[in-house]
Amino acid sequence: MSTAVLGQDTRAVGRGRPGARWTLTGGSSLGLGVVLLWFSLLVLIPLAAIVATAGGEGWHGYVDTLTNPQSWAAIKLTVGQSLLVTGVNVVMGTLIAWVLVRDRFVGKRLLDLVIDIPFAMPTIVAGLVLLSLYGPRSPLGVNVSNTQSSVTLALAFVTLPFVVRTVQPVLAELDADVEEAAASLGASRTTTLRRVVLPAVIPAVAAGAALSFARAISEYGSLVLLSGSLPFRTEVVSVRVLSFIEGGDRTSAAALATIMLGVALAVILALDVLQRRVARRG
Amino acid sequence: MTYMTQRVESETKERADMTRRIRLAALVASALAAPAALAALAGCAASNGATADANHLSIVGFSVLKTANEPVISAFRKTPAGKGVEFTTSYGASGDQSRAVAGGLHADEVHLSLTPDVQSLVDAGLVGKNWDQNATHGILTDSVVVFLVRKGNPLGITSWDDLVKPGVKVITPSPASSGSAKWNILAAWAHAADAPGGSAGKAKDFVTKLLHNTVAMPGSGSDALASFLAGNGDVLLAYENDSIEARAAGDAVDYVVPRDTLLIENPAAVTTDASSKARDFLDFQLSPAGQALYAKAGFRPVISGVRTKVPGTNDPSNPFPKVPHLYTIDRDFVGWDKANSEFFDDKTGVITKILSGLNIGS
Repeated sequence: MSTAVLGQDTRAVGRGRPGARWTLTGGSSLGLGVVLLWFSLLVLIPLAAIVATAGGEGWHGYVDTLTNPQSWAAIKLTVGQSLLVTGVNVVMGTLIAWVLVRDRFVGKRLLDLVIDIPFAMPTIVAGLVLLSLYGPRSPLGVNVSNTQSSVTLALAFVTLPFVVRTVQPVLAELDADVEEAAASLGASRTTTLRRVVLPAVIPAVAAGAALSFARAISEYGSLVLLSGSLPFRTEVVSVRVLSFIEGGDRTSAAALATIMLGVALAVILALDVLQRRVARRG
Repeated sequence: MTYMTQRVESETKERADMTRRIRLAALVASALAAPAALAALAGCAASNGATADANHLSIVGFSVLKTANEPVISAFRKTPAGKGVEFTTSYGASGDQSRAVAGGLHADEVHLSLTPDVQSLVDAGLVGKNWDQNATHGILTDSVVVFLVRKGNPLGITSWDDLVKPGVKVITPSPASSGSAKWNILAAWAHAADAPGGSAGKAKDFVTKLLHNTVAMPGSGSDALASFLAGNGDVLLAYENDSIEARAAGDAVDYVVPRDTLLIENPAAVTTDASSKARDFLDFQLSPAGQALYAKAGFRPVISGVRTKVPGTNDPSNPFPKVPHLYTIDRDFVGWDKANSEFFDDKTGVITKILSGLNIGS
C-alpha cells in the first residue's frame, strides 16, 4: 500500500498543479493526438493488419504453422540463436562499453566510431564480408558457411552495437566518486560492482538486450548468403516467411509473423521484469 | 487507511477521465491530420500516374535484365519508333516485381522470369487475356538450365547423373522462394523421368538424392551465384545466361550444358493501360536486332536466324549449342499451372514433401 502511494506521489511531482494532474493543456493534447496518429499509421495499423491476415483462417492458420515441422524448426533456430547472441551481447557489449568509457588507450576514439558500422552497413554487404572472411575461402581457415554457427556469427555481428550504445552513456554519467566512496566505506571491488555499478547500468543493459534480441529474430539480409537457408538446419523465420509470400500463402506468412511478434513481446516483457528485479535488489 | 482508499478511488476516477480526454484529443488530431495525410498520399499517387504519357515507358523486369536491357533500350531510341521515348526501369526478383505491379507500381511493359508471374497480372486485370497470342507465345527471352562449375571443371561434371554422386556439393536457389530454382528442379526431374526406364518414382528418388547433395539453398538466383562465387559448393544449378555473364565478367568459372535440360522461357507483356510506344518497344525487342542484343547478354534468341558473337560463352562462334533433348514446361509438364500445383504446392507439392522429409546436407 505504502509503495503504491509513494509511486503516485513521485508521478505527481513535476506536473505542477496537483489538482489538475490529468488535464491536458491545448498544446499537449494536440501533441498526444499527433503522437497517437503517427504511431497508429506506422505501427498499430500495420501490426493489426498482420494479425488480422493471420486470423483469416481462424486458429487454423496458427496451428498449421506451428505444427509444420519446417516452420517449427525455423522458429526454434531463430529464437535459440537470438537468445544466445543476446546473452553474448550482454556480456561483451557491457565489457566493450566499460572499456570505452573507463579506459584510456590508443585508438579508443576510432574503436568508438567503428562500433556502429555493423549496424549501419547494409546487411547484405555484412553477409558478403562475413562470407569472404569466414566462408570456404577464409584467409583465417575458419569456414562456418551453411552451418548453424554462421547464423550465430551473422546475428552477433549485426547486433553488436545495441548493448554498447545503451550502456555507454549510463556508464559515462556514473560518477566514479560513488565507487570510491563505496570502497572507502570498506566495500570490496565485487560488492561495489554488484551494489553500485550494476543497479545503475542494468536498465540500460536490458534495453540494449531487448533491442538486440528484436533485431536478431528479424534478421534476413546478412544470412541469405552465409547461412545457405537449408530447411531444418539453417533456415531462419524471416527466410521462411519470404518463402510463404513467394508461394502466395500470405496467411501462413502472417501467422508466422504474428507468432514472432508474440515471442518478441514476451522476451521484451521478461527482460523488463528481470531488469526491475535486479535494479530493486541493488 | 480510509484516506488511502479514498485516494485510490479518486485516482481511478481521474484515470478514467484522463482516458476519455486522451481519446478525444487523439480523435480531434486524427480528424485534423487524416485528410492531410490522405491528400499527401493521393498526391504521390497522382504524380506516379502522371508519368504515363505517350513518350514515357516504364519497364518492370526481373533482376538479370538490368544489364541486358540497357543496350536494347538505347538501340530502340535510335529507331524511328523510339525517337524521344524516355524510360523508367525497375528490376528485382520476378515474384516481387509481379506483386509490386499488382500492388500499384506503374508498368507499361513487364518482363518476368516465369509465366505464372504474368498470369497473376492477367488475373488482376492489368494485362490483357490474349497477351501470349503472338509468334513467340508471349516469350521474349530463352535460356536453359546449366551446371556452373569451378574453372577447368575439376570434378569432370558432364551430366545430371554426376550431380548425385556422393560428395558432390550442389547449390541451387530455394524452390520455395525463387522462380529460377523451379526451373532447376524441374529440369532434374525431367531428366530422371525421361531416362530409359524412368518413371515418376525414379524421378522422385533422383531429386531426393540431388537435394541431399545440396549444401546451400539461397533465396534467389543471384544470391546463389554470389554464394558459389564466394567458394561454396562444386556445382551451381544456374541459367545459361547468368553463367555466360559471370564468365564474361571474368569470374573463375566454367559452365556445362548437359545433353538434356529444360528450356527456360521468360515472358513479357504490355499492360492494358500502357502507352502505344510500349507495343513498339516489345516489337523491337522481338526483332532480329533486339534479339541479337539479348543474345550478347547470354539469352537464347526466341526467333531463328539470329547470329552474333557472345562474349563469355564456351565457344563464342557457336554461343548456344543445340541441346539434343530439350524439355519444355508446356510439353513435359503440361504448363505452369499443373507444374506449380503438382510440384511446389506448399502442402501437397512433391518437391515440398521431399524437402520437408529430408534433413538436407546431413
